[in-house]
Amino acid sequence: MSDSASQSAGASGASPTGASPAGGMRSGGGGERQVLSAFPPLDIPAIIRELAFTTLIASALVFPLLTLRTVDSVEGLYIESRWMVSFMAVALVVAGRLGLILLRYGKMIYAAVGGVVAILAAFFLPVPSLFEVILVAGGAILALRALVDLFLVVRQISPSARAEFRDRGGVWVRRVLPWAAGLAVVFAIVLPFMPFSSRYLIDVGVLILTYVLLGWGLNIIVGYAGLLDLGYVAFYAVGAYSYALLAYYFDFSFWICLPLAGLLSASFGLLLGFPVLRLRGDYFAIVTLGFGEIIRLILINWFRFTNGPDGISSIPRPSFFGIAEFARKPKSDLPSFHETFGLAFSSEHRLIFLYYLVLVLAALVAAFTLRVRNLPLGRAWEALREDDVASASLGISRTSIKLAAFGISATWGGIAGSFFATRQGFISPESFTFIESAIILSIVVLGGMGSLTGIACAAVLLIGLPEVFRELVEYRMVTFGGGLVLIMIWRPRGLLSFREPSIRLLDRRGRLRFAVAGRGVGESLCAGATGGATGDTTSGATSDTTSGATSEATSGTTGGVGR
Amino acid sequence: MSEAVPSLSAPPLLKVEHLSMRFGGLLAVDDVSFHAQDGEITAIIGPNGAGKTTVFNCLTGFYRPTSGRCALRHRDGSEVLLERYESYQISRRGRVARTFQNVRLFPRMTVLENLLVAQHKMLMRASWWTVGGIFNLPGYRRASAYAVERACHYLELVELLPRADDEAGELPYGAQRRLEIARAICADPVLLCLDEPAAGLNPSESNELRELLRKLREDEKIGILLIEHDMSVVMGISDHIVVLDHGSKIAEGVPQAVAANPRVIAAYLGEEESDEEATGNGASGGAKGNGASNGATSGGATGSGASNEATDKGVES
Ligand SMILES: Nc1ncnc2c1ncn2[C@@H]1O[C@H](COP(=O)(O)OP(=O)(O)OP(=O)(O)O)[C@@H](O)[C@H]1O
Ligand SMILES: [Mg+2]
Repeated sequence: MSDSASQSAGASGASPTGASPAGGMRSGGGGERQVLSAFPPLDIPAIIRELAFTTLIASALVFPLLTLRTVDSVEGLYIESRWMVSFMAVALVVAGRLGLILLRYGKMIYAAVGGVVAILAAFFLPVPSLFEVILVAGGAILALRALVDLFLVVRQISPSARAEFRDRGGVWVRRVLPWAAGLAVVFAIVLPFMPFSSRYLIDVGVLILTYVLLGWGLNIIVGYAGLLDLGYVAFYAVGAYSYALLAYYFDFSFWICLPLAGLLSASFGLLLGFPVLRLRGDYFAIVTLGFGEIIRLILINWFRFTNGPDGISSIPRPSFFGIAEFARKPKSDLPSFHETFGLAFSSEHRLIFLYYLVLVLAALVAAFTLRVRNLPLGRAWEALREDDVASASLGISRTSIKLAAFGISATWGGIAGSFFATRQGFISPESFTFIESAIILSIVVLGGMGSLTGIACAAVLLIGLPEVFRELVEYRMVTFGGGLVLIMIWRPRGLLSFREPSIRLLDRRGRLRFAVAGRGVGESLCAGATGGATGDTTSGATSDTTSGATSEATSGTTGGVGR
Repeated sequence: MSEAVPSLSAPPLLKVEHLSMRFGGLLAVDDVSFHAQDGEITAIIGPNGAGKTTVFNCLTGFYRPTSGRCALRHRDGSEVLLERYESYQISRRGRVARTFQNVRLFPRMTVLENLLVAQHKMLMRASWWTVGGIFNLPGYRRASAYAVERACHYLELVELLPRADDEAGELPYGAQRRLEIARAICADPVLLCLDEPAAGLNPSESNELRELLRKLREDEKIGILLIEHDMSVVMGISDHIVVLDHGSKIAEGVPQAVAANPRVIAAYLGEEESDEEATGNGASGGAKGNGASNGATSGGATGSGASNEATDKGVES
């Protein structure tokens, strides 16, 4: 199983998404290519040793975990032994390893055939359904990888050509990404009115968008300020309970509570920030983890105020901007939505409203984040993440800048929390356990820290897919975990790990973005653009503006300066 | 106090008086006093572990000196005591900027961004601590354009303008060193502290660096404190040299005088108190010894026997 995973890692290392100029990744890949171009001679004893070792490790893991299972039946609890299943699992692992070995020694044909056989076996052999999935996926990946390798060898594509191809793919991804993101936004806007849309789909959409919101909020701490926060759920909880309690005790409406929840959450963020920000690295992570748990324990134990583990129910639903209510017969003196707008009553109205509400909130957070990132504050966050000693020497105060990150991030968490409360109508401390923090953090890390698009993609993958595959009940969390592992292997720095600069001197076409006064500056820039940029730039983004665009760049630059 | 101050016309820019820094049992800087003048390059030299970087760290708020005073005179005539500030206050209150012995850029940020971070305080105020910046108010827009212009000016000075949009971490080593210097000047200091800017540069690059430092001294009218092991750089451009060894000042004066000073030569060749110096630092000490003695001979050739007097006094105190 794990073999097929690492297998696929290699295969898609070659996929055209390697945009990041990460030296580590590229050199790792490069090493593999070296092996590929010169296959080692077949070394049977070494192969047998490797297979034996694999068998050993697989057995050690599989037998204790899979063999014995307790079964609850009418006669009582008894233990069932499943030797067959365990043997099959070990055989699968060994077969996967064999496929890898074949690839390593350049026996691509055998590997491809093996992959196809595995797929066929899934259909004809009586194996448990999970094994079927693994056989099909592993076999397909193995066969594909073998065919790709075969293609490369036959066409004699050198490692450097492959790297270049990957770079060009990266540039392409970068260029297409804004369009793709725009398209996704349009899709999200029209989703409720699409013919295939359903109550269930919109519900999943709301869930995903909530996590997108949380991910983007946490991104400010983790992605920009570079602090590992393991207790983000605390702010989420504070936001949710702020709304629930304010509504319960003071009858405040959702629209008043939303900003209040944000503020309360922010003040908790600052409160936590003051003592914690002097800590670094692991210590910081541990304290935030503790903070998350403390908030949860307070919510459980302060029974008289928060109703403890029983939670708070019948939290008021949001009204339509204080104009109308989404109910057949409103309890308050507001008119009902369907009557106000002359529609037939449908319970979907509220759901669609919630969907747009969270969409707008997410858009707000995105707009804010994108803007702040290009301001001195955002650059200071990143500078602190990159090197806090150098930042200090340039006059950046660690405490205040990080506190700002904490406060802003907590605000978004709180707003997401009160949205959660109003959507559910019921909250209890159960919803705010550590696993929630872990999920949000995985979304941020896997999406590519700092990349809003990447985080949104990761939220769709990690929240959406398990939700859609709910029928696979038992394997739902396996999908989640498998997704995590795969992304970590493929793209250790996240799905979209490249960083868009907060400011550029030259735009994509090579023109000056700023009216830089002073002739000298412009002239030497032109000279640089013609001479310098061609040879020595290594980043994907700049190298695409080299040869073709150079002459244009020069003229554009002079024009810009002349004005 | 009988400090040896060669040119007494103007009041000094920086007065370091009886500076000491103790780490547990180790006295890394031991009662060091010297002055640095505006518009001059003051070099601090000495063998490895002499305490040079520690002096910088005391001046820039990274260490709080055990005792002593570092007074910096600003252009308006006011005097600030550098040892009172935290490291992040030094840039604005003290107006001291520095580079680091091992380059410390923001590697994943672009060259231009690196220089904008250096103008953080100015931009932060112009953006009303982000509130005005979010709405892109005209005041912030102007400040931002001005900051870019300044950045371009200094990028041009260090010949990095064509690479403004590249990631700083992708630059070759020599360029990173120059970028770090440009970043420090962008912070608008009156005193610039450079910690071994020529380390790791090849001869032609260190020639360029020398030119750059000369130009900075002339154009910016700031004081430069320079820690450097490369004697060709030090002897070529310094106006004044302070020599540290084992934390204390052993000599001070104009380059020729320092190069001819027997105590300096001894410290570099490891003749006195030879125990750890000679054995532990064999290779690097030897290399530096060469540099020093080269300087010494050239200094001797230009004829400088006269100014030894001042240096010796400095040694006495
Ligand atoms: N934070 C610290 N804690 C303990 N000892 C320190 C600390 N910083 C410096 N030292 C010690 O102080 C002495 C002087 O160090 P410093 O870095 O100032 O030397 P240097 O003159 O810059 O040498 P080099 O030429 O190698 O850079 C060394 O013995 C060093 O080990
Ligand atoms: Mg040093």
